[in-house]
Amino acid sequence: MAVDITIPALGESITEATILRWLKTAGEAVERDEIVVEIETDKATMELAAPEAGVLSEILKGEGEKVQIGEIIGRIAPGMANTVRPAPTQILTNGPTANAASRVTQPAEAPAPLSPAVRRLVEEHALNPAEMTATGRGGRLTKGDVLEHLETKEKPAPVSSPVDVRPSTALPADARSAPPPAQPIKLPASDGAEPRERREPMSRIRRRIAERLKQVQNTAAILTTFNEVDMSAALALRAKYNDAFKERYGVSLGFMSIFAKASVEALRAFPALNAEIRGEDIIYKNYYDLGIAVGTEQGLLVPVIREVEKKSLAQIEAELAELSQRARTGKIKVEELTGGTFTISNGGVYGSLMSTPILNPPQSGILGMHKIEKRPVVAGPNDEIVVRPMMYVALSYDHRIVDGREAVLCLRRIKECVEDPARMLLGL
Amino acid sequence: MAEGQQFDVVIIGSGPGGYVGAIRAAQLGLRTACVEKTSTLGGTCLNIGCIPSKALLDSSEWFAQAREKFSHHGIVCDGVRLDLPVMMRRKDTVVKGLTQGIDGLFKKNKVTRLRGHARFRDPHTIEISAADGAKQIVQSRAMVIATGSEPIPLPAFPFDGEQIVSSTEALSFAEVPKHLVVIGGGAIGLELGSVWLRLGAKVTVVELMPRIIPGTDAQIASTLQRSLTKQGFTFMLGARVTQATTHNGEVALTVETEKKQQSELRADRVLVAVGRKAYTVGLGAAELGVAFDERGRVVVDEHYQTKVAGVYAIGDVIAGPMLAHKAEEEGVALAERLAGQAGHVNYAVIPNVVYTWPEVATVGLSEEAAKAAEIPHKVGTFSFLANGRARCMDEAEGLVKVIADAKSDRLLGVHIVGPRASDIIAEAVMAMEFGASAEDMARTVHAHPTLPEVLREAALNVDRRSRQS
Repeated sequence: MAVDITIPALGESITEATILRWLKTAGEAVERDEIVVEIETDKATMELAAPEAGVLSEILKGEGEKVQIGEIIGRIAPGMANTVRPAPTQILTNGPTANAASRVTQPAEAPAPLSPAVRRLVEEHALNPAEMTATGRGGRLTKGDVLEHLETKEKPAPVSSPVDVRPSTALPADARSAPPPAQPIKLPASDGAEPRERREPMSRIRRRIAERLKQVQNTAAILTTFNEVDMSAALALRAKYNDAFKERYGVSLGFMSIFAKASVEALRAFPALNAEIRGEDIIYKNYYDLGIAVGTEQGLLVPVIREVEKKSLAQIEAELAELSQRARTGKIKVEELTGGTFTISNGGVYGSLMSTPILNPPQSGILGMHKIEKRPVVAGPNDEIVVRPMMYVALSYDHRIVDGREAVLCLRRIKECVEDPARMLLGL
Repeated sequence: MAEGQQFDVVIIGSGPGGYVGAIRAAQLGLRTACVEKTSTLGGTCLNIGCIPSKALLDSSEWFAQAREKFSHHGIVCDGVRLDLPVMMRRKDTVVKGLTQGIDGLFKKNKVTRLRGHARFRDPHTIEISAADGAKQIVQSRAMVIATGSEPIPLPAFPFDGEQIVSSTEALSFAEVPKHLVVIGGGAIGLELGSVWLRLGAKVTVVELMPRIIPGTDAQIASTLQRSLTKQGFTFMLGARVTQATTHNGEVALTVETEKKQQSELRADRVLVAVGRKAYTVGLGAAELGVAFDERGRVVVDEHYQTKVAGVYAIGDVIAGPMLAHKAEEEGVALAERLAGQAGHVNYAVIPNVVYTWPEVATVGLSEEAAKAAEIPHKVGTFSFLANGRARCMDEAEGLVKVIADAKSDRLLGVHIVGPRASDIIAEAVMAMEFGASAEDMARTVHAHPTLPEVLREAALNVDRRSRQS
């Protein structure tokens, strides 16, 4: 009984995708959870895994074709791979017609044997031939294809982990994580000295980050406004209620949930920061799905907490803890990383005092939290100098649809709500 | 007039392009006919080109070996002499056998043979005039012009069939010339020059360009030239014959060099081998609306269709290398397209062979071409002197050059001058057809000791990892 490969839900505003590349050919054996196809949406490129082990018996949609959510794009026949006479692929649509002079290349019916140079390279670099683009005759990999692939080298992606990575504040160098390189054993330099340079090909995720960073910089007019928040009230709240909170809800009361709620307040008042430019329109959203940046080994991932306006602090903290855990262990799903309306990122955990976050496309605003540091500030009716736990906050915004005034006021509102959480309770 | 016959495809000309295309078309189920105006099938290639020249080259090669090289092997041959009529008869027998073979293939594959000279009445109708004057009208859905080419004469001294001859006559001299002057240092001139040199003639080659076989990789060409010079050829390069006058069975020639220096030559035969041109005489193609280029070749699109719908052309009569195998591939590709399939010729990997000894065989880009196209490349070479089999054969003269893309290592060109180059090149053509890299060729097992090992060694040399040098 054949198992369907369907396009899963890909996020709230995504209705269709494009088949980017089939990594397996018709008739090829697939393992369960093995990546078989790459699809692309406006937001990201995703990989779909085989739901069952077996043979990719049918490919119904070819590369470059548009598909809808829920559409069946292929089928897997569970069981042994048939390598003798695999079903012909239906990818090639230019079949010969009478007197047609289309140049038809032989469709690759089964994976072609690897040439000697390719075999060597595959073995030396522990490569997976299926992951490389083949330009040779009959779908064969050429040495050039492999060399090209090595230049933009792939490391095996985490299981079902998509490549929708959100960059954030400028992290200090040691916090920026590079993926562990998968290198063959290299003989040491003959004189034993350390080489002066080291070349490491960019991982897929790194490349994607680089791509999207530049993309958003090139489209949006990103500016940042700063303010500072006196965290005394929040700290006091936590000191007073954390134990009870933990006992009741099983999670600690963190600052993130407070900032999340404060952000919702501010975004309600200044909706442009929660909006999105689509073509010539501005889409204002009446729900608040906040992405919270989480640092992982692969880089920054931004799981999204849906409808924060409807959730309590406890629910936010619990969900955040759960999502972060799964993000760090590579078990987070595509849908959980997309569709946010606003993002919050905390560089403070690494010690950053101030930074200019970069937008998370297609969003128009992002809040940057930083390190809380005790600082002398002027306060009180007599202008006394007191020590307060202060946090610089930054709000980067897309100036195309957000005025400077709106941005400043929005950030001020966040500050007000965090400095005096009662405001949120009272709606003031 | 005979009743009009109806076909799906009629091919005019039964040379390699025509007869191979006709057989393929018939195999694919098309009602096919092939028109030939001479009494034997096979066109230039079989009758007055490839086949007779190779037959004579082989025969003369054996003669030269017996006279010059057998003694190295301890074979003492006193009084080796030539019986030219027997050699010529053997050549004729080979030709006859093959042309009759095509007859057999036509019958077996049900290709209708039409005899006579074809002339277009309209795009789907030709009138065929037989030698005895009989005429027949033939109609076809598709017409294919495969009328080939003929030798180019030099206007200053046109062919006279006796003293000033083309390759056709040079294949059938009744005696070995005393002095044969060959005008044109290309493949045909060098091959036929080799035949007669080996059989005892003095041969002088006059070539316009600064080197022989222009268009071939320079290093390969100069290697061949050195070898031919050692064999006894005299080369006058960068020179042209301005005058040739015949008198009493002898020809007096005036040769002028680039620097305008003149010299005199006396020869009993002059072979004019300066190239071939497309042949469409009496076809009525121009009147039909078929377009020609400035060299008289039929203009076709990428489907081999001329400007007149339903009329196609392939082989020497259209642009491209004038090679039998190129014509054959075009014949097959066109037949497949007409039958609704996808036929294709990969012009990038058509091998080119010169059947001198040593032979020259090349495929792909020469080093000069790669440089001119500004393709970063690496070169690996290897000499036959270091090849075991070549040494055993006592034929260790020659070299191989492999050119690979500097980045992807993909084979760009392979060039060989040496023993059996025409056979060795086949491996390189196959490798290039599959986009192989030099490393692929280097890592493929080659039997030892064989001549093709030179390919492996040259491929290894691309990365300076040769193991035999």
